[in-house]
Amino acid sequence: MLTRKSEMLLHEGEIRIPSGCAISGIINKKGKSFSGEDIIKSISLMHERSNGLGGGFAAYGIYPEYKDLYAFHIFYDDFNAKNITEQFLNEFFHIKACDKLPTRKVPGIADAPIIWRYFAKPKEGKIMDLQLNEDDYVMWCVMKINSEIKGAFIISSGKNMGVFKAVGYPEDVAEFYMLDKYKGYCWTAHGRFPTNTPGWWGGAHPFNLLDWTIVHNGEISSYDTNRKYIEMFGYKCTLQTDTEAITYIFDLLVRRHGLPVDIVVSVIASPFWYQIERMDYRLRALMKAIRIVYGSLLVNGPFSIILGFKDGFVALNDRLKLRSLVAAKKGDFVYVASEESAIKIICSQPDTTWYPKGGEPVIAVLDNSDLIGQKAWLFKNIIDMSINKDIFDNDGIYGNIKVTGKIAVNGGISKDFNKEFNKDLDNDMPEDIELLAEVESL
Amino acid sequence: MRILDALNVHYRDLNKIVKELINSGESEIILKNVHGQRYIGAGAKGNHKLIIEGIPGNDMAAYMDGLTISIKGNAQDAVGNTMNSGRIIVYGNAGDIVGYAMRGGEIFILGDVGYRVGIHMKEYEDKKPVIVIGGKAGDFLGEYMAGGIIIILGLNTSDAEDSIGNFCGIGMHGGTIYVRKHVNINKLGKEVIAVEASMEDICIIAGYVKKFSHFFNIDFHSVMKEKFIKLYAHDSRPYGKLYAY
Repeated sequence: MLTRKSEMLLHEGEIRIPSGCAISGIINKKGKSFSGEDIIKSISLMHERSNGLGGGFAAYGIYPEYKDLYAFHIFYDDFNAKNITEQFLNEFFHIKACDKLPTRKVPGIADAPIIWRYFAKPKEGKIMDLQLNEDDYVMWCVMKINSEIKGAFIISSGKNMGVFKAVGYPEDVAEFYMLDKYKGYCWTAHGRFPTNTPGWWGGAHPFNLLDWTIVHNGEISSYDTNRKYIEMFGYKCTLQTDTEAITYIFDLLVRRHGLPVDIVVSVIASPFWYQIERMDYRLRALMKAIRIVYGSLLVNGPFSIILGFKDGFVALNDRLKLRSLVAAKKGDFVYVASEESAIKIICSQPDTTWYPKGGEPVIAVLDNSDLIGQKAWLFKNIIDMSINKDIFDNDGIYGNIKVTGKIAVNGGISKDFNKEFNKDLDNDMPEDIELLAEVESL
Repeated sequence: MRILDALNVHYRDLNKIVKELINSGESEIILKNVHGQRYIGAGAKGNHKLIIEGIPGNDMAAYMDGLTISIKGNAQDAVGNTMNSGRIIVYGNAGDIVGYAMRGGEIFILGDVGYRVGIHMKEYEDKKPVIVIGGKAGDFLGEYMAGGIIIILGLNTSDAEDSIGNFCGIGMHGGTIYVRKHVNINKLGKEVIAVEASMEDICIIAGYVKKFSHFFNIDFHSVMKEKFIKLYAHDSRPYGKLYAY
């Protein structure tokens, strides 16, 4: 992982650690919960890709009894940091429940910080005072604590989800946090092989803000450009590693700017100019606009990432595919991992296995996800079906999708529509072209 | 013949056993339940046969010198990395950088391959490495290629689909890539020249397709009835002038 310069760290040249992290993700698209055992098995198989300097997991759907409360997992260096943080939390939140995060003693895990878990509801009055929406309010509090309270790090701040990470091999981290006892519908995992930094607990993956989590294999050479851009929107990069920037990019573009995930993918792994020149004129206009507006958010350098969020995950390679990524599907389950063997060890006979191209996302979301509304935005605002198919062809991960939303026509005129698409978009082509024609004739 | 169960065996232990068997003169070794163990057959010498059931890990057959390895399944990244001689037959797909800096021997793959296959392959006198791919290839096929032969058959691709990815042959300065059916020239590196394969080329291709058909039980004539496009570098020293002064 690339880091910002800091005197406490060894600089490049003083330490040489070859690169090669491992990532893995599993989702049940029906939202059925399953234990952490599969993801542990998958990530442990790629033991050689990590070096024991960081491992972690993100789990979605694990706190159904508190699903409307923000779940904070916090690392403290000492009790003083804990006291100050709790004062802060009590000022801004109603803490409905809290406990020491349950852990086991594991030989491979040492120097653990004090780890606490809080289920909190933001104070209405405070939100009003700050004139923020609830998520922005929580983000503001997380940034405040992470950057201003010494020895306190919020590692997880979403609803009905949690991040569990440590310095150690992923299988030891799972044992430490007793992840076999949790049940969730979507899991991602990371085994770390830090390249330029000595590993530390906060620097392990996943990185999280609200319900966004990122696990990442690679390094980001555009880190400073990306960081400068997102800092203009109130994000503070405090964790000494490049990966957290990607978390904030997704939060900014999807949650705050309201862009569909598919478009965000085109921002961070955008097509090359020569490819844009050969696109259909509408898509070309869109891609040009994206590169002009969000040029600073192009993520350069080798990477494979899995972005987790409450609806599922998006897995993505850099556009030159300088890191490995394999995907598979079996029934309601979708799997992604750095190595095919890490999928086959938990799913011996997948229905389909595929190797995503550079810049081609694997979008695996719950069947009832809101994302479908976002896709409708794309369907209608910009492009025709043939291009859509090009972008979204990822072996029918969407399955059958219902699209509802507004169709932007022009000059502020819009029209409601409601439609079900088959996963094989080809079958729907004639109808959709008709729909488009209808819109254009209005 | 020896059969080994590789389930839950660490790659170091597995490769140690394989090496011992090879050294003891075992002519055929079957590895069952292989799940991502790396470096299988790496650096191995001799005429032994290795049959792998499952998914071998990265760098399979790296620096291999002589063995014949069959994989009943898919392979991961860097198959035949810097391989010197021998033969690899994959009854499935293979990942990125197959035949990375390969110096000799043959690799036959029934299905598709990932990115950067044949990157910096090279040849010298009688050492001429060959990769035959039944399906299609990802971007950067034959990147910096300096020698040897890559044959792309595109058997499972439709007429509209390209069997090569973007940046094919970029930085190429030696060797030959043959692509069955058609080539989209927008996908080629600017160092690459595309022509229809000559009779002489077809004879070379036919020799390898014959073996391919035999290994995977595919009809030779139906493969050969399509035309082939030959890709080669226009200059063996494209950067010579750049660094001359």
